[in-house]
Amino acid sequence: MTITEAPQATRRLTTSKAMVEAIAQEMERDPSVFYLGEDVGAYGGIFSSTTGLLERFGPQRIIDTPISETAFIGLGIGAAVEGMRPIVEVMFTDFMGVCLDQIYNHMAKIHFESGGNVKVPMVLTMAAGGGYSDGAQHSQCLWGTFAHLPGMKVVVPSTPADAKGLMTSAIRDDNPVVYIFHKGVMGLPWMVKNPRSIDEVPDGEHTVPIGEARVAREGSDVTVVTLSLSVHHALDVAESLAPQGIDVEVVDLRSLVPLDRDAIVASVAKTGRLVVVDEDYLSFGVSAEVVASVTDRDPTLLRVPPQRIAVPDVPIPYAHDLEHAVLPRHDRIERAVRTAMGR
Amino acid sequence: MTTEAASTSIPQQSRRGEVPEAAVRLGLYRTMVLSRTYEEAILREYHADKGPGFDIGKGLVPGEMHLSAGQEPVAAGVCAHLTTDDAVTATHRPHHLAVAHGVDLRKMTAEIFGRETGLGRGRGGHMHLFDPATHFSCSGIIAEGYPPALGQAFAFQRRGTDRIAVAVTGEGAANQGAFHESLNLAARWSLPVVFVVEDNDWGISVPRDAATAIGSNADRAAAYGIPGERVENDVEAVYDAARRAVARARAGDGPSLIEVHTLRMWGHFEGDAQGYRTDLADVAERDPIPRYEEVLRKAGVLDDEKVAQAKADASRRVEDAVEFARSSAIPDPADATAYVFTEGALR
Repeated sequence: MTITEAPQATRRLTTSKAMVEAIAQEMERDPSVFYLGEDVGAYGGIFSSTTGLLERFGPQRIIDTPISETAFIGLGIGAAVEGMRPIVEVMFTDFMGVCLDQIYNHMAKIHFESGGNVKVPMVLTMAAGGGYSDGAQHSQCLWGTFAHLPGMKVVVPSTPADAKGLMTSAIRDDNPVVYIFHKGVMGLPWMVKNPRSIDEVPDGEHTVPIGEARVAREGSDVTVVTLSLSVHHALDVAESLAPQGIDVEVVDLRSLVPLDRDAIVASVAKTGRLVVVDEDYLSFGVSAEVVASVTDRDPTLLRVPPQRIAVPDVPIPYAHDLEHAVLPRHDRIERAVRTAMGR
Repeated sequence: MTTEAASTSIPQQSRRGEVPEAAVRLGLYRTMVLSRTYEEAILREYHADKGPGFDIGKGLVPGEMHLSAGQEPVAAGVCAHLTTDDAVTATHRPHHLAVAHGVDLRKMTAEIFGRETGLGRGRGGHMHLFDPATHFSCSGIIAEGYPPALGQAFAFQRRGTDRIAVAVTGEGAANQGAFHESLNLAARWSLPVVFVVEDNDWGISVPRDAATAIGSNADRAAAYGIPGERVENDVEAVYDAARRAVARARAGDGPSLIEVHTLRMWGHFEGDAQGYRTDLADVAERDPIPRYEEVLRKAGVLDDEKVAQAKADASRRVEDAVEFARSSAIPDPADATAYVFTEGALR
């Protein structure tokens, strides 16, 4: 891995390498940054979130923990309260169940409960998502749950460049930031991947503001608002529909908290049609929030009823065909776009 | 109901230290008096306007109120070894620890009164006291105050200081996962932590023996290869045990566990009629403050004048804090959504 010395403005990196590059740069810049979690040392992170960091920064700053999420998330909180900048990895979002109290009752509430007197500048990273038959306890996204609970920012990058820029911003933020990476965007050699998981990444310092969505593809007919791996799917669908005269705009939310409602409304104001694609559960979640972002502001912007494509309130099934039936994949996205277009 | 089982692994006698010097003994007494005076004042203010009947959400001090009368030896005995550079994480019943650790009484009381001048500008309440000036914090969730203490200790250790974190829970917490995860991690990483368990015999209404499989939670320390010690509700016994544990942590030798078999003199919370309690008859006799006063009188450390002085000083400080809280501004409802996030970031 090379960083700032490289002369070129960008290089093509996988999402995981871009994420690691941001962590390394921030660790060089700020000695109070450290990373801890399960298998983040010699293994380099089960989903390559820390590849090469142990060799570079040593076991004092790249720290393998016992399988004790409550203890080590709490450790991160306490260290952050005392002015360090921990990055704490929970291997899967699904594991939130064993440590949620530290996350939502402590990490997310201390600043508020202290009336702003105590800051908790930490990053909580987690791998999310399915599509590779890992079953109901290792395939969930759950970002909507974190976003629902007040007091933590939530970012969900889909591209290598955003993975780097959002990680840099998350580490520097004085608030707790939950940084969720879909396994399918990381560019892992051992998992089927979208070609978009390898892309240009700026050299040197690169930040992406937390709370700003990105128009991943401009279009005039229908807006697809989505995030994470579903951005890749939505772009594939958009490209396949373009020759048929359907011009899809794809909005990549990038952040759930804060949510860039202005960007959603601006796009729908242009197209008049909204499809929301979310790999999290359908009900009470991100997709409804996106629709409400439009209807709260101006329901007349919608020329047709909005379409929501998400996991239909069922645990993620194991068998490949069953799993792919419930995930928001190309076929379901395309059908929703066609429904919105009336074709 | 009492639980007399002492730690089987560590003989008490061999660990008993010297009697502390008179100034220390007087300090322990005065801290306990201040803490009790504080709780009596909060009790008074809490019940002043709950009627007619008892409406928990009504009055100057609304909400659940967990008072610490009887548990003062834990706070006084442990915090006597600390400075405000050391961290203390307390529980839903935190006042005695905050008082003993030196949290500003005015700001703390204002927080309990839900005022803008409070530690948390009225956003936290009595179970959520955060004081960066003394590194004091609380968690209202059983056992969940332990993990953040690990991180404070970690930061102190990484910076090469001899500062420590004291993590306090009740005995019910020893049956929670967070307790065991924390002991293991702190022991494995030799973190400068002193774990304290306040065994007041009751997990709300459930007797400790009905909930806990062993007689002494101090024995659980052996499972993590760290010293564990159980002492009775005697401030000098706590002081003595804490001296060893604090010294070990400051020296970089890792954590220790102290369980104090203490006494919950009042209800779990105010309004708790305690119909389940079978051990209330002799509570007054077991009150640790008159007992200690008697010891110190016999030793010539206390006399009528010093007792009166301690109580007058405590009363003056406490009433000043109550008056400050009562006269402080109530937070503006227009600001109810403030402080969820901070605006700040590194540049």
